[in-house]
Amino acid sequence: MTIVDIGLPRRLIEFTVDGEQITVPEGATILSACKDIPTLCYGDTLEPANACRVCMVEVEGSRTLVPSCSRKVEPGMVVRTDTERTRHSRRMVLELLGSATDLSTTPRVSEWMAEVGADPSRFGPDAATVSQPALVDNPLYVRDYSKCILCYKCVDACGDQWQNSFAIAVAGRGFDAHISTEFSAPLPDSACVYCGNCIEVCPTGALSFRREFDKRADGTWDESAQTATTTVCTFCGVGCNLTLHVQDNEIVKVTSPHDSTVTHGNLCIKGRFGWQHVQNT
Amino acid sequence: MDLRFLAAAPSTVEQAAIDAALTGDGRDQLLPALHAANDAVGWISEGALNHICRRLDVPPAEAYGVATFYSLFSMEERPRKVVHVCVDLACKVNGAEALVDAQSEFVVRSPCLGVCERAPAALAVEAGVGSEYLMPEIPLPQRGDPGLRLLRRVGVVDPRSLDDYRAAGGYSALRNALALGPQGVIREVTDAKLMGRGGAAFPTGRKWAATAGQPERPHYLVCNADESEPGTFKDRVLMEGDPFAVVESMTVAAYATGCTRGYLYIRGEYPKAFSLLSNAIEVARERGFLGRDIMGQAGFEFDIEIRRGAGAYICGEETAIFNSIEGFRGEPRSKPPFPVEKGLFGWPTVVNNVETLANVLLILTEGCQAFQRIGTSQSTGSKLFCVSGTIGHPGVYEVPFGATLRELLDLAGGVPDLRAVLLGGAAGGFLRPDEIDLPLTMEDARSAGTTLGSGVVLVLDGTVDVGGFLLRIAEFFRDESCGQCVPCRIGTVRQEEALHRIVRRTGDSQDLVLLRDIGRVMRDSSICGLGQTAWNAIESAIDRLGVRL
Repeated sequence: MTIVDIGLPRRLIEFTVDGEQITVPEGATILSACKDIPTLCYGDTLEPANACRVCMVEVEGSRTLVPSCSRKVEPGMVVRTDTERTRHSRRMVLELLGSATDLSTTPRVSEWMAEVGADPSRFGPDAATVSQPALVDNPLYVRDYSKCILCYKCVDACGDQWQNSFAIAVAGRGFDAHISTEFSAPLPDSACVYCGNCIEVCPTGALSFRREFDKRADGTWDESAQTATTTVCTFCGVGCNLTLHVQDNEIVKVTSPHDSTVTHGNLCIKGRFGWQHVQNT
Repeated sequence: MDLRFLAAAPSTVEQAAIDAALTGDGRDQLLPALHAANDAVGWISEGALNHICRRLDVPPAEAYGVATFYSLFSMEERPRKVVHVCVDLACKVNGAEALVDAQSEFVVRSPCLGVCERAPAALAVEAGVGSEYLMPEIPLPQRGDPGLRLLRRVGVVDPRSLDDYRAAGGYSALRNALALGPQGVIREVTDAKLMGRGGAAFPTGRKWAATAGQPERPHYLVCNADESEPGTFKDRVLMEGDPFAVVESMTVAAYATGCTRGYLYIRGEYPKAFSLLSNAIEVARERGFLGRDIMGQAGFEFDIEIRRGAGAYICGEETAIFNSIEGFRGEPRSKPPFPVEKGLFGWPTVVNNVETLANVLLILTEGCQAFQRIGTSQSTGSKLFCVSGTIGHPGVYEVPFGATLRELLDLAGGVPDLRAVLLGGAAGGFLRPDEIDLPLTMEDARSAGTTLGSGVVLVLDGTVDVGGFLLRIAEFFRDESCGQCVPCRIGTVRQEEALHRIVRRTGDSQDLVLLRDIGRVMRDSSICGLGQTAWNAIESAIDRLGVRL
């Protein structure tokens, strides 16, 4: 018999969002109570990193804006998600990110930028960027750190929140901070086990399947022509769910549903990358 | 943990140094171990890092991430002797560039070294030997003045002798504290209206009461001696001149708040203070002033571990200091939870600045009533100010709260051709010559729209290139941002770029709009005080000083 832990009953608390009374279970964050706040570094399977500052909201009584992804709701809290101040903050954060980072493969970001009128080009043509050649040092996945916003999600997925491989960490400081293996060693020389759980959580496409990277490079990547089919991995008895993304009758990438109670979006090297045999006809 | 290590092996010198430095096998030994390797050979090799990781069971990628966070560690081999020449604010206006050019050794351009009274400053560091300042010592300007309170023993009492310290009134405060009991001590400190002297001016008594009241154990005490705000050197003067007072005051704080263990986190650029404090802790331990049953009080146990920072301004932030001690990157944590609930190693923690603690000794020897008679009704006691820049007699000065800036400048020799004063440091703001009758109190500074910060009084006369000075402030914040949050990581870079265009007159009117926009998002949305204040001084130069940019 499977025992499902339903936890202790949680007290309900009331607070106000944009003038509306809302009731949420104790312990809920502001973000979870208002689902349409944009965010980049928040991951539904990870602890909040508080790094991107896209989701900042006003809380009455607070000197600064507060990150909605991590701030827990308190009884009577008065939250405003759409004021001149929050829009200014979001516009600036998106402009700063867009001026330093390649956001061309970040889902939804252009929509958010348009909403607040963000124009990253106003920092001028000489603005420093994190532009650098993509790291293609193994056959399975590519690290294109020109697209990295330093959200810490890959580090958290690789480390003690999920995989416990600890192959990567944030190194350096300030604008020079970057995701790195020890002494920038190539992945094959590092502790990486190619579970690909970092790709699963990357919000910008900085980490991508080699197949996707190559197809984007030769102009044949076409998401509108792809289907996504969720199935069960055949390699072992754990029963992880796989979502196969297929374009032109070819599997081009594999993800896993985050709400799967078995693995919460995490896979191993076999489920993530071991599908070539399907296509060896 | 089942970790993958590197193939590289340490040299025998590296291995011996690391093994000798470790006092345990926990992650919190990482920073001391990295220091040991860097001190022994001048850099951190793959072999040394790998040995540290094996000994402490730390993943190499994480240890590399920590080592590269600190500017005092080199990840590449370099000459065994390097000279850190300070190019920061007080040294910049006192010929730092000429000092850089005059060096024959390998030069590292350094942020503020915290010896601004002897600007331009340089610190020579030699692998396997140690560190020394390259400037002559100068005496405390007010040495021996009978009106001194916090500084009364500095330059007068032998900082290596516990007996001399006791003969000069040392350990009477702890004796009184033990008689009052923890609650009594907190009451005295609260009634004395003592406010923190590190920059934020939080009421010390409230902080202590909040920590003492947490039911979980253990509680930790952290003495924040990581003063790195450009132009700040008061804590160094206290630590070098009166190190036993630091030990005694930490012991009092621990007694009041129920801590059995304290960490003294001192910035890595203070070799003399480090050596004198290490001696003071050792002597105090030998003589029963640290350890079990302190001063015969049955059941009162407390000891101090001293930790060296490694070149990171941000580690003076009260939660970044926890991560640094624990062996992680010195990145600030999101608050809440606050340190009094979840601090060092996740336990209730009280963090106090060195000067704040020094005031506690006065409160306990003379009583909160007498303490309150000095200063003003809201800013009680006296305050140390770090006077530097283009002024005749730079140094640390102690004046009662309420003295005016003019009186302070006159004490230090006056400034005939005053252009501006940077009050509070790089995170503070400028005052004009017509504003120097400002009484130096927390409340007067606040109502004048500025801050005393950490007590920086950096004087600029007519010879100073204000544009270049502002650029250095912007460069400082760019270099010292930890990189965690977007507003500060990218904002400090964009701020410097825009300011550069303005000062060098290569931009247009939009650059000022950009500066204000960047400043506002850094203030509103950065995680910690570094980003939130990174625009303060530049904003005040534009709006208050009327610097035409």
